[in-house]
Amino acid sequence: MHLYVLKRLLAIVPILIGLTVIVFAIMALIPGDPATAILGSYATPENVEKLNRSLGLDKSVFEQYFIWLGNLLQGDLGRSYSLNRPVLDEVLERFSATLILAGAALLLCTVWGLLIGIWTAARQYGWTDKILTFVVLIGISVPSFWLGLLLILLFSVQWRVLPASGMFAIYGGGDLPDLLRHLILPAVTLSVVATGVIARLTRSAMLEVLRQDFVRTARAKGVPESSVLYRHAFKAALVSVIPVIGIQAGFVLGGAVYIETVFQWPGVGRMLVQAISTRDILLVQGGVVVVAGSYVLFNLLADLAQSWLDPRVKT
Amino acid sequence: MTPALEVRNLRKTFGGGRSLTGKPLPAVHAVRDVSLSVRTGETLGIVGESGCGKSTLARMLVGLLKQTEGEIAIEGKNLSDQMGDPAAFGRLIQYVFQDPISSLNPRKTIREILEAPLIHLLGMDESSRKARIAELFEAVNLRREFLSRYPHEFSGGQAQRIGIARALAAAPRILVLDEPVSALDVSVQAQVLNLLADLRQAMDLTYLFISHDLAVVEAVSDSVAVLYFGRVVEVGRAEAIFTTPRHPYTDLLAGSAPIVGRDLGRTESQAVELPDPLRPPPGCAFAARCPKVTALCRDKVPAMEAFSEHHEAACHHPN
Amino acid sequence: MTTLKLIARNHLAAFGGIVLLLVVLVALLVPFLPIVDPDLTDPANRLKRPFSEGALLGTDHLGRDLLARLLWGTQLSLVVGAAAAVIAAVIGSAIGIVAGYFGGRTDSLIMRGIDMLMAFPYILLALAIVAVLGPGLLNALYAVAIVNIPFFARNIRGVTVSLAHREFVDAARLSGMNDWQIIRSEILPNVLPVIVIAMSTTIGWMILETAGLSFLGLGSQPPQADLGSMLGEGRKLLITAPHASIVPGVMIFIIVMSVNLLGDGIRDALDPRLRSGALSRPAAATRVERAETPAKTEDAEALLKVDGLRTEFRLGNRAYRAVGGVDFAVRAGECLGIIGESGSGKSVTALSLLGLVASPPGMITGGAVRIDGADTLSMNGEALRRLRGGKVAYVFQDPLATLHPLYRIGDQMVEAIRCHRPMAKQAAWDHAVSLLEQVRIPNAAFRAKAYPHELSGGMRQRVGIALALVNDPELLILDEPTTALDVTVQAQVLALLDDLRRERNLAMVFITHDFGVVSQLCDRVAVMYAGRIVETGPTEAVLESPSHPYTKRLIACVPELGGGRRALSAIPGLPPPVDDLPAGCAFAPRCDKASEQCRKGDIPLEGSEARAVRCLQPEGAAA
Repeated sequence: MHLYVLKRLLAIVPILIGLTVIVFAIMALIPGDPATAILGSYATPENVEKLNRSLGLDKSVFEQYFIWLGNLLQGDLGRSYSLNRPVLDEVLERFSATLILAGAALLLCTVWGLLIGIWTAARQYGWTDKILTFVVLIGISVPSFWLGLLLILLFSVQWRVLPASGMFAIYGGGDLPDLLRHLILPAVTLSVVATGVIARLTRSAMLEVLRQDFVRTARAKGVPESSVLYRHAFKAALVSVIPVIGIQAGFVLGGAVYIETVFQWPGVGRMLVQAISTRDILLVQGGVVVVAGSYVLFNLLADLAQSWLDPRVKT
Repeated sequence: MTPALEVRNLRKTFGGGRSLTGKPLPAVHAVRDVSLSVRTGETLGIVGESGCGKSTLARMLVGLLKQTEGEIAIEGKNLSDQMGDPAAFGRLIQYVFQDPISSLNPRKTIREILEAPLIHLLGMDESSRKARIAELFEAVNLRREFLSRYPHEFSGGQAQRIGIARALAAAPRILVLDEPVSALDVSVQAQVLNLLADLRQAMDLTYLFISHDLAVVEAVSDSVAVLYFGRVVEVGRAEAIFTTPRHPYTDLLAGSAPIVGRDLGRTESQAVELPDPLRPPPGCAFAARCPKVTALCRDKVPAMEAFSEHHEAACHHPN
Repeated sequence: MTTLKLIARNHLAAFGGIVLLLVVLVALLVPFLPIVDPDLTDPANRLKRPFSEGALLGTDHLGRDLLARLLWGTQLSLVVGAAAAVIAAVIGSAIGIVAGYFGGRTDSLIMRGIDMLMAFPYILLALAIVAVLGPGLLNALYAVAIVNIPFFARNIRGVTVSLAHREFVDAARLSGMNDWQIIRSEILPNVLPVIVIAMSTTIGWMILETAGLSFLGLGSQPPQADLGSMLGEGRKLLITAPHASIVPGVMIFIIVMSVNLLGDGIRDALDPRLRSGALSRPAAATRVERAETPAKTEDAEALLKVDGLRTEFRLGNRAYRAVGGVDFAVRAGECLGIIGESGSGKSVTALSLLGLVASPPGMITGGAVRIDGADTLSMNGEALRRLRGGKVAYVFQDPLATLHPLYRIGDQMVEAIRCHRPMAKQAAWDHAVSLLEQVRIPNAAFRAKAYPHELSGGMRQRVGIALALVNDPELLILDEPTTALDVTVQAQVLALLDDLRRERNLAMVFITHDFGVVSQLCDRVAVMYAGRIVETGPTEAVLESPSHPYTKRLIACVPELGGGRRALSAIPGLPPPVDDLPAGCAFAPRCDKASEQCRKGDIPLEGSEARAVRCLQPEGAAA
């Protein structure tokens, strides 16, 4: 087991390296001259050259990459020109807000997705199944950014029960209940699609497992039906659901871009959209690296959870 | 006379090599030092249980798999360098698969399946293809209207006839039959076996008949090779093998087959099975199960020893 | 086309299809519809409410007609979404097929690359790509397509790997085809349905995502507007003019929902497992629908008594009569062999005894199964559960599939014990280990902690037997327990079963297709053909002087060791399909003694209980 964990840990190293290469390459490909972007189009050639040198842009691409990677490993992501502060500080601050939002959404979608999946599989073709299956289909078809707007219209504008934007109230907020009140709408909105995906997959995985021979064996040895469902079938179904939960973490982290924009949540997604429009390359780079890196780590956790569940994976 | 098929010291190892850090990787020796020779027009039966390497051997013989070491010659023609390229073998040797349904592409008609070897191996034009397919279908006793149907419409026995027709299409000299009837019911088995016997006569074919079923092998073979754990442990004329088996494993195999009217053989009371292929024993692979085992057997792999002109076995203490 | 019919029969999918068709039609006809220019601004009439004069859906903040913009936007969104789906599907599938077919280094290299792309959270990668290419609808399209390539590549690679190892691909290589010919004519036609399924289930996503990028202002640029950018513009006026964002949102929702409904329908129609109803959940016990329960017959000695058992499989409007009226009895300590070829109904008979036939599609339509006089077919769930694994236990054919892959074998045995009687965990574990010893598993205490995949086939089947014995059953039902094993291992397991039977005075119902096995283990034998018993009697008597022509000729087909080289006898023809059984004797079409009489009416199983045959002209009787 320990050996397997070690192997998995080692296996993500090339993925992380590849990730930095892709991020760096994407940013290096961006057309236009960062120095001009920073200094404006009236900059003198001398000033541009000076800035280029201070940014290290006069070196070859390879050198630039390794310098960038070295700085990255030391926690130096450069300085955002549009915000005039270190990229790392900004990204970490924003990312913690995103983690709260995405974590809440992931928790919601996992719990509800699994529950709905099991319910519908256990009552296949019953009314519960039909209604929930349809609701789930609506869930995966609705544009989340639009759903957010509708929820704001209903809960904030019409009924005035929940705040429409931000993470804390401007006056007198800042405590946990305040955060939770602000969290409800965006987290629910963000979790809807992922809930639907997990629920559909859990349902079909359960139905698939319930057809298998070892379930018949369980019945043949007199195992009570509830145990057949939850002990035998669910555990086997979970093996194919866990990787999908890992993938959904990616959807939730990415989907946060929309939701943060709609609810003006001060997260990294909204920061990225702004950074792209102001062409603040270092900020985009830093944000993408941190989010993608954390996603890789989360997938590692999903892998380990799966191997803990399924002894066949380790061999 | 040149034998139809001659195999020298054929060996296949899966895995192995070294990792990036230079550590040797686990290797499975699926087939070790197999030498066989089959006379033209005869049937060589190859008997063995799962894990004995019979399918790996078969796949090498038809060129689907590249050997790790060893030589193969068909009708005197050395094909050792072309293994792994079945197209080079296709006109000389062909393969009939165990599972008749899954050896036919579900999305092609029978005609399309039979045309493939005629186009790609023989480069026939359309009218000669038509004639050849009609001839083949006649040979395997199938009705012409089946040609435009799809594989799922056939029973196992019919599908196996189609598989045989496909193998015969390019007019090969040798057929490798890999458990051709073990997926079929007994009442249908004999239909296919008898068809194969007729075809062999009519077309002067040479067969390699691979099976786990000793009784079937006895019914169809001129000579027999017994495989255990990747090696040939006994080889000889069929009568000799079945009347005076030399290797204790051949004995066990014959004694284990459930036969009407014979009492349950108390051959092995403990649960003993194949050795771990990743950690093969240093001596005879059968030592752990052998009633005649001695210290010598656990130390040293026995070499092939001849008992008569056509009967050899690899055992330190033969019967 | 059956596929189209299947989709049409699925009401939701058909509804989705029709809605989508309407949307697409409208989108196609937009240039010819009498609507105003979508980009025509009219500041005087800005933010008109829906249903106001001259603007059915109102106007936006520049006074542009929302209906016109909606229709043009729909057209744009559909085209972009579909184009992204096609691009992603073509490139992704090509990558997947190449990686899956060639395997080895090619595969690992390509898939590592795909893994890297997948290491990015989905939309983040699209954002990064748009950042490089710059905002714009076409760039958003590329971004969404690229982001979806890994999904197709992975999916299609998986399917291709399993296809590339199928025997028909080897057959094609032996036919002299080269790799590209094989990919074109063997792999692609079999992968195509999967590509279509993957496309139909993701095209909705892609429409959503391109709309999302436009919503963020990174897709279509003003004045051109797809549905996403309309929504993005509307958002700024959410409170003053909610209709400006609700209207395009509803349209996106309608499109995506109809695409998803249709996509699910296509998936269900193309997936062979769903087609055969294999994904419906089997009930805890087989459904029983009997017209009447056969009266109790007097047989005080019988532990198991089966009368007129009938089991059917109902698929669509066809009924497959797998078991068509079977009677037999087993006394305590007796071993009955049920022998037959595939499709004879022997396994279904065994599974029907305790309601283990999967239902749907299985259904017991007649007869009674009495264990110690109590009919299992009329038992409630709890009584049946107590019987299963208690007094009556099963051993199945393939122990790798029949043991739970994720639990240790010891735990599986402990569970079986504790389902039936209260016993402390440790005591139950010790009992399990002692049973593993009894089935002669070496080093049992250690092996109890193993998972099924860590054991060999023979070992697993011993575990299967030990699992059946945990609660000291009186009757063991064995469904082809040695068929998957090698002969030498089969001999070991048969010897074990014979010993256990004598030591524990176990009654057995032994299902097999092998006469040799029956002769070595069973006291009595019943021969099944096309769902019915055609002959029954003491094993020796039946094997030595078979009465039914089928039995006689089947025995003759079995090759026996010691016969030398010879031609074997066969039975021409095939058993009749069980959804279309002939009148009279089911064997008549293959029987050379069959007369007119054999082909009509029901032929009873006649004789004493000890020896009976279902034939009008049994062997050995005077003609």
